[in-house]
Amino acid sequence: MYLRKAFMTIAVAATLSLPMSATAKTLVVGLKAEPSSIDPHYHNLTPNNALAREVFDRLIMPDEKQHLKPGLAVSWKAVDDLTWEFKLRKGVKFHDGSPFTADDVIFTFERAPNVPNSPSSFGTYIKGKTIKKIDDYTIQISTEKPYPLMPNDLMTFSIVSKKYGEGATTEDYNSGKAAIGTGVLKFVEWVPGDRLVYARNDDYWGEKPEWDKIIIKPIKSNPARVAALLAGDVDFIDNVPTIDIARLKKDPKVNVMSSISNRVIYLHLDQFREYSPYVTANGGGKIKNPLLDQRVRKAISLAINRDAIVDRVMEGVAIKAGQLLPDGFFGVSPNLKPLEYDPKGAKSLLKAAGYPDGFEMTIHGPNDRYINDAKIAEAIAQMLSRVGIKTSVETMPKSVYFKRASRGGPNNTPEFSMVLVGWGAGTGEASSPLKSLLHTYDKAQGYGAANRGRYSNPEMDKLLEEALATVDDGKRQALLAKATEVAITDVGLIPLHYQVSTWAAKKGINFKARTDETTVVSTIYSDK
Amino acid sequence: MSVFILRRLLQSVAVLLIMSLIVFVGVNLIGDPVDMLINPEADQAEIARVIRDLGLDRPIHEQYWYFLVNALKGDLGKSFIFGEPALKLIVQRMPATLELAFVALFMAVVVGIPLGVYAGLTPESKISKAIMSASILGFSLPTFWVGLMMIMVFAVFLGWLPSTGRGETTSLFGIQVSFLTLDGLSHLVMPALNLALFKMSLVIRLSRAGTREVVHQDYIKFARAKGIRASRIVLVHVMKNIMIPVVTVLGLEFGGLIAFSVVTETVFAWPGMGKLLIDAILNLDRPIVVAYLMITVLLFVVINLIVDILYSILDPRVRLQDIRS
Repeated sequence: MYLRKAFMTIAVAATLSLPMSATAKTLVVGLKAEPSSIDPHYHNLTPNNALAREVFDRLIMPDEKQHLKPGLAVSWKAVDDLTWEFKLRKGVKFHDGSPFTADDVIFTFERAPNVPNSPSSFGTYIKGKTIKKIDDYTIQISTEKPYPLMPNDLMTFSIVSKKYGEGATTEDYNSGKAAIGTGVLKFVEWVPGDRLVYARNDDYWGEKPEWDKIIIKPIKSNPARVAALLAGDVDFIDNVPTIDIARLKKDPKVNVMSSISNRVIYLHLDQFREYSPYVTANGGGKIKNPLLDQRVRKAISLAINRDAIVDRVMEGVAIKAGQLLPDGFFGVSPNLKPLEYDPKGAKSLLKAAGYPDGFEMTIHGPNDRYINDAKIAEAIAQMLSRVGIKTSVETMPKSVYFKRASRGGPNNTPEFSMVLVGWGAGTGEASSPLKSLLHTYDKAQGYGAANRGRYSNPEMDKLLEEALATVDDGKRQALLAKATEVAITDVGLIPLHYQVSTWAAKKGINFKARTDETTVVSTIYSDK
Repeated sequence: MSVFILRRLLQSVAVLLIMSLIVFVGVNLIGDPVDMLINPEADQAEIARVIRDLGLDRPIHEQYWYFLVNALKGDLGKSFIFGEPALKLIVQRMPATLELAFVALFMAVVVGIPLGVYAGLTPESKISKAIMSASILGFSLPTFWVGLMMIMVFAVFLGWLPSTGRGETTSLFGIQVSFLTLDGLSHLVMPALNLALFKMSLVIRLSRAGTREVVHQDYIKFARAKGIRASRIVLVHVMKNIMIPVVTVLGLEFGGLIAFSVVTETVFAWPGMGKLLIDAILNLDRPIVVAYLMITVLLFVVINLIVDILYSILDPRVRLQDIRS
């Protein structure tokens, strides 16, 4: 009797599961990282933001090249130096049918910086801004000082519904109760660790995907993700491991897509200590920090064979870098080219600086954060040893590395002498790396938060601060380019290469490859 | 017996307390979760806010005291990353792991014992030798490699089984299980087999050794002389006597199966606790790591207790009492 019942359950469940997959057009995507929440304001983290924008539109939406495209705001302009005006899109409806108005934007400005327990909030983009409703479809945002990055900041966070968001906790979003947005996809369910399910919003104001349903499966293990694509269990994957790219490109059933990313991999050098802990004279004696000498920094940069790193370590899937962002981004200097490999020049610079026989140094880097990070550090150590700087390598998991690299020394100073790090410009323009990596460390103003070399150059600081107060786009672009030139010529940091992000899909499935390392699943389409 | 159980439970509390101290101090020595959580573009003020909100600015003994007080109330802390209670997150993923572990254990026993007994009864036959050689491969090949090879063969080349995930689940007594649907079963087979392989080999070797020993005992010879059927000799007299080591080892291994099926769960993207743990370790989600290990300790304590009770049922000579050294 009991057995029969069990059999019936199996039979019924089996028949029920069949028609579902047959009729609806479903896309299954395998992603390396899973979001930590559905709440768009809980955690400012790339996997969260990539999926949040599908359910909750932003005022301004970044396109695949991080250019500003109208989202819930149709137009924006600076009315004066301190005030920006945004015209909102009319006739937009939330997934439950209620209309979108200025009140929802104002509510979002209150909620986003104040989510309880948020491990990284959106306060950075919201604080210091005062929002005012002019009418239901017009808002004005003012700041105390001229703030040209207003549109870029508004590109970073999602707008939620006031009706559902008021009093809603992060759990309410995760369960779907409050996950009501205006976005192109409707949230269906989240089974943590297993799947995330979305359905198309047929009433969307913009371009809609062809899929009725999109299922996202988190597959962290690299080979397992590739295998899932080859086995046909998923239609699309992100973060293709570099060693598999060449093979997948040859596979007639697979389509590989790639795009240069906004992430530059670079070296920061200790420029604030008279005696640097991981730099010694040959044989281990104490010496004054040679990295304070611009000629030594230049020599290190010249001694690095960027072509070899790109070809051998990165298997061709990277582009050598001469500054902080690749060509085509706002604020990039047209005059800076990647330094050519010149070991002779490096040696003569070392000699001129008083180190004809070099010195000893340790390079520190993570081994699980950037593409091939540990191998890059090893390659650099060998290249430097060749010109006389005897370099040893120490890599460690990111969970240990970043604390030591940022605050591991006495008085919460950076611990290491030379570090390998990467930086992706979230705002999609040059002020982001300049402000965080190269401006003089200034806790009060929030400058130089990731300046792990404590590089400081008053000329660069002045140019950047001027740029950050210039609303005119043309002038600001010129100032940012100039600031970049000053910092790079002074070797404030040593750029190595820009990462290239790679995606792969079944043949016939395509995607607008993006520069911000995110996978916007609603933009996946099939060739018809 | 009840005195024995009571005393064992008291000892367990002490073990839990000591473990909590070791684990708590241990995870707090490594790295800083703030760097794992925060967006790189955040400024110094935001970093300071997160440190304060997570309570990381407090001295460690204060953090530990706070943890203990809450733990007594059944609250093992909130995950830094998910912002939800650690216990809830672990319990949420427990059914998937338990299902995988039970199926793997079932496979190990159902396949391992008959093969082991067979190999023990006919040690010189070619089949027995093949079984024993295969069992060496079974416990010496690394799990992740076998898992990937299984995916390559059964999912990529042959296309028989899905490569990843848990598949369709149905509700059984309010718990989501996948072994009741075809789709769920097809997702379950490979990871369970992958996980079972090591235990299976272990069971084969233990049952073979046990059988070899037991068949030469006087009581077996006597049973044979009495004219008892061969099948009854093997199924009753041999089997019962080889079970003690098998049960001991499986009991201990089962705890490991539940708590540390990390590799298999990662390779097959199985949404269980193991995957949660490894992500928590990589991202320094300390409350989850601590809560997880606390649960693991509890699990081992309970399993050991069950094993001891099983002994007394399997072997009437065993009396439950404290072992004094």
